[in-house]
Amino acid sequence: MPLNLSANLGNADNFYADLLAAHDGLSKAQSDALNARLILILANHIGDNDTLREALQAAATTGAIDAG
Amino acid sequence: MNKIFEVPLYPYARSEDQDAAAPVRRKVVIIGAGPVGLAAAIDLAQQGIEAVILDDNDKVSFGSRAICFAKRPLEILDRLGCGQPMVDKGVQWNLGKVFFGDRKVYDFNLLPEEGHKRPAFINLQQYYFEEYLVQRVRDLQAEGAPIEIRGKSKVEAIGTHPDHVALEVETPEGSYTLEADWLIAADGAGSPTRRMLGLDFVGRVFEDNFLIADVVMDAEFPTERWFWFDPPFNKGQSALLHKQPDGVWRIDLQLGWDIDKEEEKKPENVIPRLKAMLGDEVQFELEWVSIYTFQCRRMEKFRHGRVLFAGDSAHQVSPFGARGANSGVQDTDNLCWKLKLVIDGVADEDLLDSYDYERVVGADENILNSSRSTDFITPKSDISRIFRDAVLDLSEHHAFARPLVNSGRLSLPCTYDYSPLNSTDTLPEAPARARPGSPCPDADLGTGSGYLLDQLGDRFTILALNCVAAPLSEAGLDLDVISIAAPPGSDLAARYLGLAESAVYLIRPDQHVAARWDGYSETALRAALRRAIGKEQ
Ligand SMILES: Cc1cc2nc3c(=O)[nH]c(=O)nc-3n(C[C@H](O)[C@H](O)[C@H](O)COP(=O)(O)OP(=O)(O)OC[C@H]3O[C@@H](n4cnc5c(N)ncnc54)[C@H](O)[C@@H]3O)c2cc1C
Repeated sequence: MPLNLSANLGNADNFYADLLAAHDGLSKAQSDALNARLILILANHIGDNDTLREALQAAATTGAIDAG
Repeated sequence: MNKIFEVPLYPYARSEDQDAAAPVRRKVVIIGAGPVGLAAAIDLAQQGIEAVILDDNDKVSFGSRAICFAKRPLEILDRLGCGQPMVDKGVQWNLGKVFFGDRKVYDFNLLPEEGHKRPAFINLQQYYFEEYLVQRVRDLQAEGAPIEIRGKSKVEAIGTHPDHVALEVETPEGSYTLEADWLIAADGAGSPTRRMLGLDFVGRVFEDNFLIADVVMDAEFPTERWFWFDPPFNKGQSALLHKQPDGVWRIDLQLGWDIDKEEEKKPENVIPRLKAMLGDEVQFELEWVSIYTFQCRRMEKFRHGRVLFAGDSAHQVSPFGARGANSGVQDTDNLCWKLKLVIDGVADEDLLDSYDYERVVGADENILNSSRSTDFITPKSDISRIFRDAVLDLSEHHAFARPLVNSGRLSLPCTYDYSPLNSTDTLPEAPARARPGSPCPDADLGTGSGYLLDQLGDRFTILALNCVAAPLSEAGLDLDVISIAAPPGSDLAARYLGLAESAVYLIRPDQHVAARWDGYSETALRAALRRAIGKEQ
């Protein structure tokens, strides 16, 4: 399945609020650990290696890291 | 008590070659009487090819080295006539436990597939492994096979020539020159041959130290593999506990990079570490303690003219996944039949380039697997540790995360998918696990007829399932037919037929599939055989 990069969340604002709420009150280390678990859970749900590679690529080529 | 690693097993004895007026020329000389050199010599000699092993030592491997021997090498040892004593002595195990911090996160069962003669793995000290190989050498000698081990014979210099190799051999009674048509360098990770020929050995060093201890104890620990990530008794590091025969247990403790190796090796420092792990009440005795750093690297090419590198001299891996000796024995399995055909004049020298091609593929697969295990066990950045710990935390509650836990992957034989010796797969509806290039899966032939692999080996064979085939002679080789019925539901049908109703397989002397069809075609078989011995591109 090709990676879906168009708007797909049922309710974007609710998801974003849930995401922040999950990190509420956590230390930096706890938040990092939670993010890592979340990535692994979502990756398993997607399952398909090609889609995941596309997602990694999309993440790697946006944002400040993509300096050139 | 005299331990077997303290007794000379192949003491120095003067050879007639030392007294010859001119250097004597032998067919194959092998440097190194480790697992790989011994396996090579046995393989050649039992097929009538003269093999002389030179080793600078006279004893089996010293101390803590290989303990896990996988199914494929055991099958190869069966072909070499010494699998049974290994399996009889070895400890079989299927269960493992994984711990993280102070808790067990999950356990697993290897659940080996039924219908194989050999188990997925046995644990056996490397010194026993070598001792049984040496015993096989002695038995072959008693039968008059052309095989010899020369102890305390150190190769000091090597001269390479277009048609032979010349060796300077140092012995307690002085040195002599020995010549060989072919040289197998099985002289280990520090290979002097590699150095003398000025060859490369590049790869990656893992910046970590491991304390490897073999302890003798009378303990209640079950026959399981226990692996700890970040245990309370070795904070921030890892640990392994694994059973060997004779009440010996292998313990690996990761120590980190900045340590004083000599200090750490001292019993007064080792014993408290082990007590913290095993509990104060457990009585144990140290058999052997070493500290290692691990490396993953290989030579660019395993063949250099008449010099063939095999085992640790050609490639080195970290021990997670037990791929060192296991893959080295697979090197010799691949090499020896080719060398025999070249020596017998059946195949051209170029056939040996396929050894390089196929075993480089195998080495790369092993290096990839071992590197990944090592990266998981010893995370080298903050983020890799965060992900590693996340996987372990999840594995306690969710099955999906368990396959991500990597404390070493089962050592499996490699499939030579793009080998120039393979013919095109004309039977894609049959199982992929028996496609050209794969090692033949074993199969229980049913009703007391034994196992398939015991019927193959040492020579090219035609396997005909649910059809007839005729023996044939081609390029100086005589091929026998093994004709077997493979009824639906049998191991053979599941592993070799799949959706096909019948099949003919051409099987190499190392029990890898060269070609397969849905029925017998003499022309196709002849062409595939020529291809499998490098006579047709
Ligand atoms: C802690 C540890 C755990 C391991 N666990 C496993 C495991 O579970 N499973 C597994 O498969 N592998 C394992 N290995 C790897 C395994 O021990 C090696 O891969 C194996 O010994 C390689 O065999 P070899 O014959 O290529 O070389 P070696 O065993 O190193 O033998 C080389 C021989 O060459 C001789 N030699 C060297 N130079 C000369 C010279 N100039 N002249 C004459 N002779 C010479 C040496 O004396 C030696 O006998 C482990 C290794 C370690 C260190």
